Amino acid sequence: MIELIVYGIVLGSIIALGAIGLTMVYRIVGFANFAHGEFMTLGAYMALFVISILLPWVGFPDSRFVPLSFGWRMVIAFPIAMALVAFIAILFDKILYKKLRVKKSGPVILAMSSLGTSFIIRMAILIIWGSDYIFYRPGLMRPALYLPLGIKIRPDQIFIFFAAISLVILLHLFLKRTKMGKAMRATADNADLALVTGIDTERIISWTWAIGGSLAAAGGVLYGIDVQLHPGMGWNFLIPIFAATILGSIGNIYGALVGGFVIGIAQQVSTAYLAPTYKLAVAFMIMIIILLVRPQGIFGKE
Amino acid sequence: MTILKIENISAGYTPESNILYNLSLEVNEGEIISVIGPNGAGKSTLLKTIFGLLTPKQGKILLKDEDISGLKPFKIAKKGVSYVPQINNVFPSLTIQENLEMGAFIRNDDYTDTMEEVYTLFPVLKERKNQKAGQLSGGQRQMVAMGRALMLKPKVLLLDEPSAGLAPIFVSSVFDKIKEINTMGVSMIIVEQNAKEALNMSHRGYVLAMGQNVLDDKSDALLANEEVGRLYLGG
Repeated sequence: MIELIVYGIVLGSIIALGAIGLTMVYRIVGFANFAHGEFMTLGAYMALFVISILLPWVGFPDSRFVPLSFGWRMVIAFPIAMALVAFIAILFDKILYKKLRVKKSGPVILAMSSLGTSFIIRMAILIIWGSDYIFYRPGLMRPALYLPLGIKIRPDQIFIFFAAISLVILLHLFLKRTKMGKAMRATADNADLALVTGIDTERIISWTWAIGGSLAAAGGVLYGIDVQLHPGMGWNFLIPIFAATILGSIGNIYGALVGGFVIGIAQQVSTAYLAPTYKLAVAFMIMIIILLVRPQGIFGKE
Repeated sequence: MTILKIENISAGYTPESNILYNLSLEVNEGEIISVIGPNGAGKSTLLKTIFGLLTPKQGKILLKDEDISGLKPFKIAKKGVSYVPQINNVFPSLTIQENLEMGAFIRNDDYTDTMEEVYTLFPVLKERKNQKAGQLSGGQRQMVAMGRALMLKPKVLLLDEPSAGLAPIFVSSVFDKIKEINTMGVSMIIVEQNAKEALNMSHRGYVLAMGQNVLDDKSDALLANEEVGRLYLGG
C-alpha cells in the first residue's frame, strides 16, 4: 500500500505539471485547453528527436548516469523539448486562438478549437513517429532500489519527483519575485485592470502559453523516462489533469499541484482493488464527484 | 497651457450606436476638471475613450499636441496618462506593495523614490504594504488604486467616481488626497456623481447629458448656476 502511494506521488508529480499549465491557461487565456495533453506528448517526442536524431547527428557521445536510465543527452534534450513546446504553444496562440480572441469568440469556441489542435498534434506525431511504444533507451534493465518499509522504487522515479518539484519551486519563485511573474498574477486577478495599468496583456498571454507548454512538455518527458512514449500518452493524461485542475479549484496553481498528487495517488492505489485499465475511470469518477459535491474545488470560495 | 484636448469625439461600444456625440473638452496644466451629469450621460465612457479602452469613431484626442486616439492603453499610459477605474480597481490577491509595483510595470528605471512619495501621501498603505489589497476597506482600496496610478508619475490622471461606494467619512479624506495630488502638479479629470463636492475642489467643470457637452464653465460659476443646481446638484 505504501508502495502504491509512493508510485502515486511519482505519477501525481507528472499530472501536476500538466494541471498547473492547464489551470494557468484557463485563468489567464480564459478557456479549457483540450490540447494540453498533446503538449505533454509533444514534449516527450521532441526530447526523443533530440536524443535519438539530433545529438547523435552532431556526434554528441552517449552516456548514462548510473543508476539512472539516462545521461547527458537527456540533460540537453529536456530543456530543448520544453523550449520547443513553449514556442509551439505560442505559435498556436498567434495563428489560432488570438484571432478568435480578437473576434470575441466565447470560451466554448476556443475550447473546441483546442480540441481540433489536439487532433492535429496527435496525428502529426503518429505520422512522423508511428504508433509504436518507444523507449528513450531501449533494452535497458531498470532494477528497482529497495527502500525501508518494503518500498521498491526505481532511481528514475525518485528523479522524476524531484525534477517536477524543482520546476514547481522555480515557477513559484518566478511568480512571487519577478516583475513578469507578478504581472501574470495581476492579469489573473483582473485582466481589465492589468490592461489599464499598462501591462501588455497579450504579452502575458504569450508567457502563460510558454510556461504552460513547457511544464506540460516536462511532464511528458518525465513520463517517457518513467514508462514509455506513445502518441496517445498525452490524450490519456487529459482526464487526470482536468480532474486535478477541478479538484484544486480552476485557476489555482497550488490547487492544481495538490490536485495532481491526489489524483495520482488515487489512480495508483486503485490498482490494488481494480484492474489497472480502470485508472482513468478512477480519475474520471473523482472529477464527477467533485463537480457534484464541490464544483468550486477544494480551494475555491463558496 | 493645454495639456489634454479632446476635439469632437464620437464613440460607442457597438458599431451602430454611439454613447458620446461630438464631444469636446480641454484640460489645462495643473487643472482639476470635473465632469458631471446624470447616469448614462457618457461620463465613464469619456474616460475609457481617452485612455484607449474604446476607439473614437471620429475626432481627436491630443496630449500636448500629439494625437493619442486609437493607441492601446499601455501606450497611452507610457505617454503620461493614468486611469483609475470606478470598480475592481485593485489586484485583490497581490499585496499593496505589489499593486504599486504593477503601477510601475512599464517603467524601466528605478521607481523607489516614486513609491516613497506614494507612501508619504498615503502613510496607511506603508504600514500595511505586505497585506493583500483584497482585505482592505473601500477607502484604503481607493488609496491603493490612486497610488498605483501615480506610480507612472502621470501628467494627467483620470479618476472615475473616486467616491463611489465609500462611507461618507472616507469621501472627504479621498477628496483631500485628490487635492494634494493636484498640488504635486498632476492635472486631473474627475467623473463624479457627487457633483457638488467635485465642483468644490475643481477648477472647471463640464456638464454632460446624452453624450454631449451641454455646459462648461468655471466651477464656482457652475455651482452658482440655477439650472445646473436644480438639475444636477440636488437643489
